[in-house]
Amino acid sequence: MPPTDKKQVPFRGGGFAPKKVRFAGLAVFAVILILWELGTRSGFITPLVLPKPSEAFGALVELVRSGLLVKHLSASLVRLIAGWSLGVSLGVALGIAIGLFSLARSGLAPLVSALFPIPKIALLPLFVIWFGIDEGSKIATILFGTLFPTVIATYSGIDNVDRSLIRMGQSFGLSWASIVRKIILPGAMPAILAGFRISASIAIILLVAAEMIGAEYGIGAYILMAGSLMQTDQLLAGVAILSGIGLIAAWGIGRAEAWFLKWR
Amino acid sequence: MRLVLENISHRYGNVEVLEGISLEVKEGEIVAIIGPSGCGKSTLLRLAGGLEKPGGGRILQEGAPPANSLNPLTYIFQDFALLPWRTVRGNIALVLEDHKLASDQRKAIIEDVLSRTSLLDFAHAYPRQLSGGMKQRVAIARALSVRPAIMLMDEPLSALDAQTRALLMEDFVGLWRREQFSALYVTHNLQEAVQLGHRIVVLSRRPGRVREIIEIDIPVEERASRAVELERHSRHLWQLMRDEARAADRELLDAANG
Ligand SMILES: Nc1ncnc2c1ncn2[C@@H]1O[C@H](COP(=O)(O)OP(=O)(O)O)[C@@H](O)[C@H]1O
Ligand SMILES: [Mg+2]
Repeated sequence: MPPTDKKQVPFRGGGFAPKKVRFAGLAVFAVILILWELGTRSGFITPLVLPKPSEAFGALVELVRSGLLVKHLSASLVRLIAGWSLGVSLGVALGIAIGLFSLARSGLAPLVSALFPIPKIALLPLFVIWFGIDEGSKIATILFGTLFPTVIATYSGIDNVDRSLIRMGQSFGLSWASIVRKIILPGAMPAILAGFRISASIAIILLVAAEMIGAEYGIGAYILMAGSLMQTDQLLAGVAILSGIGLIAAWGIGRAEAWFLKWR
Repeated sequence: MRLVLENISHRYGNVEVLEGISLEVKEGEIVAIIGPSGCGKSTLLRLAGGLEKPGGGRILQEGAPPANSLNPLTYIFQDFALLPWRTVRGNIALVLEDHKLASDQRKAIIEDVLSRTSLLDFAHAYPRQLSGGMKQRVAIARALSVRPAIMLMDEPLSALDAQTRALLMEDFVGLWRREQFSALYVTHNLQEAVQLGHRIVVLSRRPGRVREIIEIDIPVEERASRAVELERHSRHLWQLMRDEARAADRELLDAANG
């Protein structure tokens, strides 16, 4: 047989597996900030449209120096933490009840489905009447806003726990409480933590909205005031603080996931 | 302790799954149940251990289980049923935690079953780190830790590859030689049944009925070396099974067409 020409089989199996590239995220931030700064300095972007990032940073520094940052931030964090932790603890408790008991499921699941889609911010005026214009209404808005997604995440997490594991527990004569505590709750934990992620961002959104009514201090109040005075640098400083809170919350939940779900 | 099934019938909706099944497991005896896929073997085992109520018939425990038995009827599942969030040790501890045991006693039991299943080096591993064969060893260790009177094994080797299956089968034989446990061993694999069963119950296709019960008088530990005699039983069983298997196979096809 005559020698035929040889050719290497071309590789065509790569791709479709995005990997983590270090510092790429930071680089994107930096590039945007630099372009933005250059654009505003050269006059290509007028100050009315966007302030310079350096001005926004200046506003932030000013906020720290005047001591107002601590006041705004502490007011906001108290509302956020109180509202969110009440919301998710009630939510997890209700979700567990709906996940475990027929009566709770039949009685409450439809109610949850009916109340979940209501934008809680629309109820803020009612909350003001019920819980007072001060902290009560703001915490209530965050509480109700985070409650329902947590309930739903929790009971669907429980529904999805591997039935064969529950059956295993029963076959070894484990008590009801042991099955719930050692099999059902850990099994639902990934879904519950995913729910926490969502409810944390909902809480921050609702915080700002709630602080726009009748709040003296708070990041939301600060942003509202800056906006009405057209102090766009201050407005951006406020937004940067919110973004920071969001990042820290996400990081905290990430840590919790790494701890609770280390078996994955 | 003996386990006696009297005239068990069961149905799901209008699907008749089991019909008039009677059998017993004596002390120190392995009863293999063999039958085509879908004939109700897993259902029968769930009924036997009290995980489901039979539609008809009775399931009886005759005689008291050994005094130190924590869970007389103990399952080994096909899919292992290990908690992924607990280590090997934690998975075994799980089934002991509800019993009143001193903590050093519990620890001693765990050490003991880990060493009997050669798992001591894996005590701190999570299930995701283990191969299928190792996972099933953990499940066996867990079952041994509650000192069962009768083990209910639902196709314990079916999720494993052929080599692992052979290794675990040797483990089972060795275990039985040392401990003389009783078991109801469900399988669709004829080879497993003849290697381990003192008696083999052949079920028909669905609804599962007892077609024949075969005694194998060769001691379990000698079977590996008496393959020729065993072959006679295998052939006979295969004769029984193939008609059922073929009919069961056709049934599925018919159902898919209809
Ligand atoms: N919980 C259930 N509900 C309804 N049908 C079931 C249930 N469990 C098993 N079946 C049906 O009963 C029959 C026997 O199932 P199974 O006992 O798992 O068979 P095997 O273990 O022999 O393969 C199958 O047709 C299956 O579809
Ligand atoms: Mg089965």
